[in-house]
Amino acid sequence: MSKINWYKYSAPVTFYGLAGKMFPGFAILSAILFAIGLYISFFVAPTDATQGDAYRIIFIHVPAAWMSMFIYVVMAAYAGIGLAFNTRLSAMMAQALAPTGALFCFIALFTGSFWGKPMWGAWWVWDARLTSQLILFFLYVGFISLQAAIDDPRRSDRAGALIALVGVINVPIIYFSVKWWNTLHQGASISLTKAPSMAHTMLLGMLIMALACWMYTIAVALYRVRLIILERERNSTWVSDLMKEMK
Amino acid sequence: MSIVFWVIKRDLLLAMRRKSDVLTTLFFFVIVTSLFPLGVGPEPQLLKAIGPGVLWVGALLATMLSLGRMFAADHADGTLEQMLICPESLSLIVLSKVVVHWLATGLPLVLMSPLLGLQFGIEGEALRVLTLSLLLGTPVLSLVGAIGASLTLGLRGGGVLVSLLVLPLYIPVLIFGAGAVDASTSGIGAQGHLSLLGALLVLALLATPKAVASALRISLE
Amino acid sequence: MVLTAESMLEATELACMRGDRILFTDVGFRLAPGEFLHVRGPNGSGKSSLLRMLSGLLLPEAGTVTWQGRNIKNNEEYHRALIYLGHLNGIKEELSAMENLKITCGLAGFDVEEKDALDAFERIGLFGREHLPTKVLSQGQRRRVMLSRLLVAQTPLWILDEPIVALDTDAIGLMRSLFELHLENGGMLIMTTHQELELSAGIYKEIRLTS
Repeated sequence: MSKINWYKYSAPVTFYGLAGKMFPGFAILSAILFAIGLYISFFVAPTDATQGDAYRIIFIHVPAAWMSMFIYVVMAAYAGIGLAFNTRLSAMMAQALAPTGALFCFIALFTGSFWGKPMWGAWWVWDARLTSQLILFFLYVGFISLQAAIDDPRRSDRAGALIALVGVINVPIIYFSVKWWNTLHQGASISLTKAPSMAHTMLLGMLIMALACWMYTIAVALYRVRLIILERERNSTWVSDLMKEMK
Repeated sequence: MSIVFWVIKRDLLLAMRRKSDVLTTLFFFVIVTSLFPLGVGPEPQLLKAIGPGVLWVGALLATMLSLGRMFAADHADGTLEQMLICPESLSLIVLSKVVVHWLATGLPLVLMSPLLGLQFGIEGEALRVLTLSLLLGTPVLSLVGAIGASLTLGLRGGGVLVSLLVLPLYIPVLIFGAGAVDASTSGIGAQGHLSLLGALLVLALLATPKAVASALRISLE
Repeated sequence: MVLTAESMLEATELACMRGDRILFTDVGFRLAPGEFLHVRGPNGSGKSSLLRMLSGLLLPEAGTVTWQGRNIKNNEEYHRALIYLGHLNGIKEELSAMENLKITCGLAGFDVEEKDALDAFERIGLFGREHLPTKVLSQGQRRRVMLSRLLVAQTPLWILDEPIVALDTDAIGLMRSLFELHLENGGMLIMTTHQELELSAGIYKEIRLTS
């Protein structure tokens, strides 16, 4: 029985415990940072001269957009490592990150549209950034649905990894093409993030919010990866021991 | 290289025996594009403006619907399995299969497009650019589509899943393809767009066969 | 078919997982020219998975398979020496038996003469049907189209998953004599079968998988 490379299998077992220990730290950190960030966004940062209070939505919009792109790259990196070295844990991490990335993507789209109404007078504008964000959301949906459609975990991991890598190669091409399309059809549009003289407090608020989102992502991914490990290893002895302990 | 000969011969022979498959894709293209004037009204200026985009989206959808044919039948009867264990390079086999897929779906769309373009009032130089853009772009659609087709082999709801995976990846081709016609009518010249389409084609030719080969190995384990 | 004593297949400590279930671990064997390995076991014990692993379709969870001392992964020489016939017939219904045979052999890297192919079809009992589309043939006849490859291909290693299922007694007799000839000529045979199949040639080896 002992000839399988158990090293590969022991990793999720040890990581289950480690993730359990790390989760509360990141969760608390994220809550504190969110509190500070939101306080700055709502009460400290000055009202914008041209946009009024409506601009305050960037404190969630911009960090969410950043995170959605960042998470996709991290996810693809994990997936690539999983595919290259056959490490199951990195594939699980990729799987755990995807819903959070999609969530941030959705938040960025939703808040972007809400910001668009007072700014442009329309709920949706085919602006280059919003459009690329929408396509990124489609890529997330593709990854998640492909993994969900495959029952065999090994195939699901490896197929997901491949589509994530294909996606990450395509993201710059898509971004560039959408930008090109946009400048040809609409001329320059209002830039979302380049407020001419962004006050230091605004920038600070945005950075703290981004950090809070980051900590939240780590916390949630750790929590989710624990559940994935439990589900995948449900037939192993250590999980049944754990279940007995919990009862 | 004899493997290329055998795969192409085989797939062409199969396509000849199943001519109706080729025709259904083509008629899908014709019907979908004909629906747009019915939907938006027969105003010639409007139709001329949306024509290139409509034809391109039609070509995109037609290609996507035909992707199931690329590997699914071979997967079901075990011939794909035999290709995976044959001594020659799997990437070459994939490339040959994609070439035949394009000959049987992409090329008929390209040949049909001038006729449909006329229905939308696209004429002269613009019509030439439209056909050329489809000629350069549809092989990319077949190549990139092969990734989706190979990853979803044997999955329930595979057809819908393919569209989720593949359509976002088709966006650059759509933008440069339909954009080429707009650029030529607006006087900028389609050269830039067509060059970029050509670049996408080269990139896809180099990168996708390997990706599809590994996807097939993943799906057939 | 030139075989030396060192031309052989060796599997060490193979393990297989399907989903989250371990099918088998620690499976190993050596196969030398003239040997017949019978893989036995109840349904679901992983016989087919083992054969797929040996043919290079399935990556082993652990362990290695080597051919003449070299890992079979990306090993062109190995795949030239191998015929694997699985559950699926691996023939196209739209094509005739002749086209199917020529194409599968072409893909495997060698050309078949029309005359040799006709001989093979005659021996396997498909005479007169070689130009019909295989979709009009019966299940057993389609199986014969697939097996006709064994008659024309000069490869030393045959890996066959339930080859005689759906065949009538005549065809089974023919297959038996074909296997015996193959082993006498120094070929190697790995096979699963639920039917009893006594071979009078070759050295018999057996692997028993449990569920």
